[in-house]
Amino acid sequence: MKSIFTKTTGLSDRPFHYCPGCTHGIIHRLIGELLEEMNLIENTIGVAPVGCSGFCENYFMCDMIGAAHGRAVAVATGAKRARPDRFVFTYQGDGDGASIGLAETMSAAARGERITSIFVNNCIYGMTGGQMAPTSLVGQKTSTSPYGRDAMTMGYPLDLPKVLTQIEGAVYVASVSVDTPQAIKEAKKALRKAFQVQRDGLGYSFVSILSTCPTNWGVTPVEALEWLQTKMKPNFTLGELKVPATEGGSEA
Amino acid sequence: MALLMKGNEAIAEAAIQAGCRLFYGYPITPSTEIPEYMAKKMKAVGGTYLQAESEVAAIYMVYGAGAVGERVMTGTSSPGFSLMQEGLSFLFAAEIPCVIIDVMRGGPGLGGLGPTQADYFQLTKGGGHGDYHAIVLAPSSVQEMVDLTKEAFDLADYYRNLVIIAVDGILGQMMEPVEFPPYEGRKLEPKTWAASGAEGRSKNNVISYYLTPEIGEKENSRWGAKMLRIKESEQRFVEYRMDDAEYAFVAFGTCARITETVVDMLREEGINVGLYRPITLWPFPEKGLSARINQIKGWMSIELSAGQMVDDVKLVVNGKAPVGFYGRQGGMTPEPEEVVAAFKAQLLGGVQG
Repeated sequence: MKSIFTKTTGLSDRPFHYCPGCTHGIIHRLIGELLEEMNLIENTIGVAPVGCSGFCENYFMCDMIGAAHGRAVAVATGAKRARPDRFVFTYQGDGDGASIGLAETMSAAARGERITSIFVNNCIYGMTGGQMAPTSLVGQKTSTSPYGRDAMTMGYPLDLPKVLTQIEGAVYVASVSVDTPQAIKEAKKALRKAFQVQRDGLGYSFVSILSTCPTNWGVTPVEALEWLQTKMKPNFTLGELKVPATEGGSEA
Repeated sequence: MALLMKGNEAIAEAAIQAGCRLFYGYPITPSTEIPEYMAKKMKAVGGTYLQAESEVAAIYMVYGAGAVGERVMTGTSSPGFSLMQEGLSFLFAAEIPCVIIDVMRGGPGLGGLGPTQADYFQLTKGGGHGDYHAIVLAPSSVQEMVDLTKEAFDLADYYRNLVIIAVDGILGQMMEPVEFPPYEGRKLEPKTWAASGAEGRSKNNVISYYLTPEIGEKENSRWGAKMLRIKESEQRFVEYRMDDAEYAFVAFGTCARITETVVDMLREEGINVGLYRPITLWPFPEKGLSARINQIKGWMSIELSAGQMVDDVKLVVNGKAPVGFYGRQGGMTPEPEEVVAAFKAQLLGGVQG
């Protein structure tokens, strides 16, 4: 019998702790598959964030370092500078990368750190139970914006990948989603390119992935995908936003 | 051959000689010569100097490099040291060895650029959250800055614990003759725990996170046992004219240098005093001080602060003798005459001498 699908060796056998309908699991699988396909598992140092994915060190089969909230990119910088021969990635949520760790993200991009950040944006703080995120949409109700995010007092969602395209040292910036099989394929392609950019020593690579949080959005898993498609997508720039000069562009 | 070097530069050179090849830092007076020296010298030895965007980032870069098993250091001054406190707590919990230099300057707030020792509580009681301790070394000369810096890396690796070298701004800035003798280090185990890439072995996680209280308590107990081991083995101090002393000063760093003069002045007046100088601020050298308890009629702590180490002296003396205090703050240092007068007023009732 021909085997057409097996679980990747990039992931452990430990069951995910994620809620039903959350897309962290899909994103983990894509990373695990790429670590395996690109023969990186033994060569990789991953950095786990604080947030729902704060236990991802238990899932990836590479060496992992657990960072403080917002500091994953600084930790990854320290590790990569210590071991430039290693493949180093961060896995972060929107609060980690775009709020408390914004300075670290921007500064690592400015320095062109040879690391890859995977930024999972679900417009909410999942682990603490549904508070407003830097990416929460205007009008979005959360436990700390119970009347909806008011732009006049709480500001606007930050489109971090779009901002990063303005930074010289960020050489590959993509903004993708995992809401359909086609989107998952595109996301994997973007991640593969981001990984390759690091292996080629070109600079900082960043992949934003729109993700769902049915639990804290208060919807079913199916409704969550619809919410992502109808509400989130219009608010965030999507696509390959910046590719290396070797691919015909260094500009945003 | 002796070289004439600034304290900050001597620390940086000693670190390189101890095998430190990674320095992450952010410039701040009066410690800036450390990053400057590293920026200049690391290249020649194949190491890396990286200027971080903040002290917050710097301490987590240290965390990342330490987690992969490399010797790494940062250097800062008080306000920058404050910014690093969260990181120190994480470094402790993840048991990542590293060396941190705090060249103390006036505070609180932005304070001033003059020397103080007012980070003592932050250094020794844990400025970050949770039950943790750094090993804190307090040299009082440029030579001792060299010797202790070299040893600090061994201590950090041996105990898998952060080590802080605490100096006041005077020591960081002053020039003294210094030698770099060959250093025979401790026997150290290979860092099999490091997250350096799982080549030919099962994967490693370096983390500080658990959500199961039972595991949390177990981990804290294990760390507590390590702290006890360090307390047992690493207390260090130096005594000056203590053998026949009836009264004793306690002072570290620059204050100890000033207090040596004070001791000599009082001895000339026929008052038998001595100096007990802690080299480890944590663990506080209780054993040596305890050994003198029955001999000493009165103690006095001399500090560049409002009185912080004096609390530790009182804990050890435990009411068996009076404990005085004299200090200057805000970047000022005491004249020996002031200390003599304070000693007489507080411990001799102002009647003798």
